[in-house]
Amino acid sequence: MNMHHFKLYDFDGGIHPEQNKSQSTQLPITTAKIPQRLILPIAQHIGAPGNPAVKPGDKVLKGQIIAKGEDFVSCNLHAPTSGIVGVIEDREVPHQSGMSATCIEIITDGKDTWIDHQGLDNYLESDAASLIDCIAQAGISGMGGAGFPTHVKASIPASKINTLIINAAECEPYITSDDLLMREYAMDIIKGIEILQRILLPEQCYIGIEDNKPQAIEALQIALKENLDDTHNIHVVVIPTKYPSGGEKQLIQILTGKEVPVAGIPADIGIVCQNVGTVHAIYQAVALGIPLISRITTITGDAVSSPQNYQVLLGTPVTDVLSQANAQPNKVKRLIMGGPMMGFTIASADTPITKTSNCIIAASDQELPDPAMEQACIRCGMCTQACPAQLLPQQLYWFAKSSNLEQAQAHNISDCIECGACSYVCPSNIPLVQYYRFAKGEIKQAKSDKKSSEQAKLRFDIRNARLDRETAEKDAKRKARAEAAAKKQAAKKAAPPATPASGDATAEPSVDTEVLKQKVLAAQTRVDKARERLAMAQEQNLETADALELGLNKQIDKLTAAQKSLEEAKS
Amino acid sequence: MNLLNISSPHATRSGNTGNVMLTVLLALIPGIITLSYFFGPGHLIQICIASATAIGCEALVLHLRKKPIGFYLKDYSALLTAVLLAISLPPYAPYWVTMVATLFAIVIAKHLYGGLGQNPFNPAMVGFALVLVSFPVEMTTSWSAPSALLENGIGVAQALEIIFSSRETIDAITMATPLDLYKNQVEIATASEIYQNPLFNGPNQEASIALGWQWVNVAFLLGGAFLLWKKIFTWHVPVSLLLSLSLLSIFIGWDSDSYVPISLHLFAGATMLGAFFIATDPVTASTTPLGKLIYGAGIGVLIYIIRTWGSYPDAVAFAVLLMNFAAPLIDQYSQPRTYGHKKAVRGLAKKD
Repeated sequence: MNMHHFKLYDFDGGIHPEQNKSQSTQLPITTAKIPQRLILPIAQHIGAPGNPAVKPGDKVLKGQIIAKGEDFVSCNLHAPTSGIVGVIEDREVPHQSGMSATCIEIITDGKDTWIDHQGLDNYLESDAASLIDCIAQAGISGMGGAGFPTHVKASIPASKINTLIINAAECEPYITSDDLLMREYAMDIIKGIEILQRILLPEQCYIGIEDNKPQAIEALQIALKENLDDTHNIHVVVIPTKYPSGGEKQLIQILTGKEVPVAGIPADIGIVCQNVGTVHAIYQAVALGIPLISRITTITGDAVSSPQNYQVLLGTPVTDVLSQANAQPNKVKRLIMGGPMMGFTIASADTPITKTSNCIIAASDQELPDPAMEQACIRCGMCTQACPAQLLPQQLYWFAKSSNLEQAQAHNISDCIECGACSYVCPSNIPLVQYYRFAKGEIKQAKSDKKSSEQAKLRFDIRNARLDRETAEKDAKRKARAEAAAKKQAAKKAAPPATPASGDATAEPSVDTEVLKQKVLAAQTRVDKARERLAMAQEQNLETADALELGLNKQIDKLTAAQKSLEEAKS
Repeated sequence: MNLLNISSPHATRSGNTGNVMLTVLLALIPGIITLSYFFGPGHLIQICIASATAIGCEALVLHLRKKPIGFYLKDYSALLTAVLLAISLPPYAPYWVTMVATLFAIVIAKHLYGGLGQNPFNPAMVGFALVLVSFPVEMTTSWSAPSALLENGIGVAQALEIIFSSRETIDAITMATPLDLYKNQVEIATASEIYQNPLFNGPNQEASIALGWQWVNVAFLLGGAFLLWKKIFTWHVPVSLLLSLSLLSIFIGWDSDSYVPISLHLFAGATMLGAFFIATDPVTASTTPLGKLIYGAGIGVLIYIIRTWGSYPDAVAFAVLLMNFAAPLIDQYSQPRTYGHKKAVRGLAKKD
């Protein structure tokens, strides 16, 4: 393989927290037991939730679709094992907010019976569209944490892409699921990369991996050597261990020296980034026809007696895997899904494992003690030194604290990736990221308030215009009636009983234009009303807005037609 | 399982503000030892007076502000202010000068602005400046000569007596500081004539810069290097300060027959203490990397200007306070370029 030296770039800031990875790398990946019940949230990805395709009581087979992602940015969901659909109801789902959302429950039958499934034959000769379709069918979303639907990312036109980056950095402490996956399934990962290359046609592909995973690095290099000839363009790039080098933007910077432009995506600079776990899922879907129904999850923390990585069926309640890893429930003080830097606490161990659950930390009190009391900010600037986005965290803190949203925005608070490096180093124990989340939420609220008030104003203006027109219309009608009456009176007085026919003939067209005029005015009113309803619907973000827009267009067409016939009648 | 529910990050580095302040105090120790070795026990006594006053004032104000006293005292910021102030003051200034300076630093310069982190001016330097302009006699006649130039040195009893009760014997031990002396004499004498004074090369005329002072400055430089290594602050402020001061000393003051030479600017006054311990006070300094460079350079320039053309022999306090004024503005115009942005934002947010 090409062993030439790679020029690596560094990103600003970053920290070196205690890694705590060795605890969970002592044992190989073990398949977790099938639990009695699986709880499957229909939204395990970014985008629209899937629509349930089963009803309570339905029998399902392993790999059968149970929720269909019908929107463009959405994902299918499959039954992780065979059984019967239990209830479909709101349950607590893994989310920062601890919210509930629709989940499909499957009562497992223990038989683990597969539905008919098979991969694409000669998948490396398939065209991109059928490969993308295969990935979409398999319900794959980014497995590194964000959960963006993979087929959407893979649909970026190949002409725009020159570099494919495989994110194998796994920079957060504790998490080792990608490490173990690479050690044990390096060959499948290389094959998965080949599939992505077939779709995106990149000029080069980098696998970015931190130097704290020597075994995984070796496994990948061996797999590359055994699997491919010397002409391949896949490079295993070993990068220094530093948090958050696995952040998409940071990894891109390390490997290419380029920055993703503000409010842009990596594709804007010709790059697509995929997590190594996602690549493995792609291989399984395309080559073997196995949809995304399980994942590798690290079960670790001081309260777990035998920490290790498990292959867990999606929907498995956390408590089931914890007990397999011999967790001591009374020792658990904090239950974290994800890493200790960006993961979130879950309020109950009944919360299920989802497509993005790379790690469960059952932390003891000594391990992650209660946060220390917040002290005054002394502007020491350690946060500025740690920030990977080159922000001024201490300034953002003061602005957030005083709700000075304008200044917070001017200091680019929206570019904060919430990696937590600033909070980690803060000697005054200030929960900085929480302040930023507050400010970001306030800014979002203020923006949406502003938008709806603008729309309300628009609606008000349209309504006023309509009322004015209606009044004018009524006046015109009244005037026309009065004129007609006066004419009639005059005709009665002046005309002898025998009226010349020519008089009627000249009067007729004027009556005709009068009718048409009224029609135009009526059509105008209908257009105005439709516009108002549309504005109202948009303001409230109603889904009916699209239909109303269509209606409005129809009314506008009618108005134009009426105006046209009026013009014709006049001429 | 009774689970704790909080948002990320969950891992934090251990330590608190108190650790930062204690580290700085630790880094001051070599300087304090050197000061005491060359100038007698005066500074140690002043440190005791200032610390007691500072802690008393801090506790009192915290009580008045209905804040938990123990929790806030443990950030050691009042103690650090006291120590910095005490080693800036002349070692044999009367006790009440020190107390007034400390009281003003803690109560007015710090707490009236909202306490730790909120004060726009360096409290120790506010206290120092106050007593410098209010009590010029006590402030200019209380520097002792290096002990090596005194027959019997300075004993603790004598020091206590001078500081607390009678100032009758002070004339026997005081002397101008080398910076002061050089500045006053350079008008009428050449450099080699001025250097005859034992304040520079000692009683035996061994080659040195300024007796005692040079080692005091070296000790503070070492302490500062320790703090840099511990990443308590970054290199920006001390480096730009020392650089701008050096450049001016070289380009304007190259002729040591007319101006104070660079060696004395760097190693005879409060330069190293100022560069590493006063100007780096994060609360009152600029916070952006570029801003710190401007801020430090500004202090260096002001030190040179005040020392050369002003009426005060040393200038660290005024230079720092003047740049404290400028720090918020500098911050607005020196923001770094954020990741993914083409250029940095400059100035305040535009109002709609």
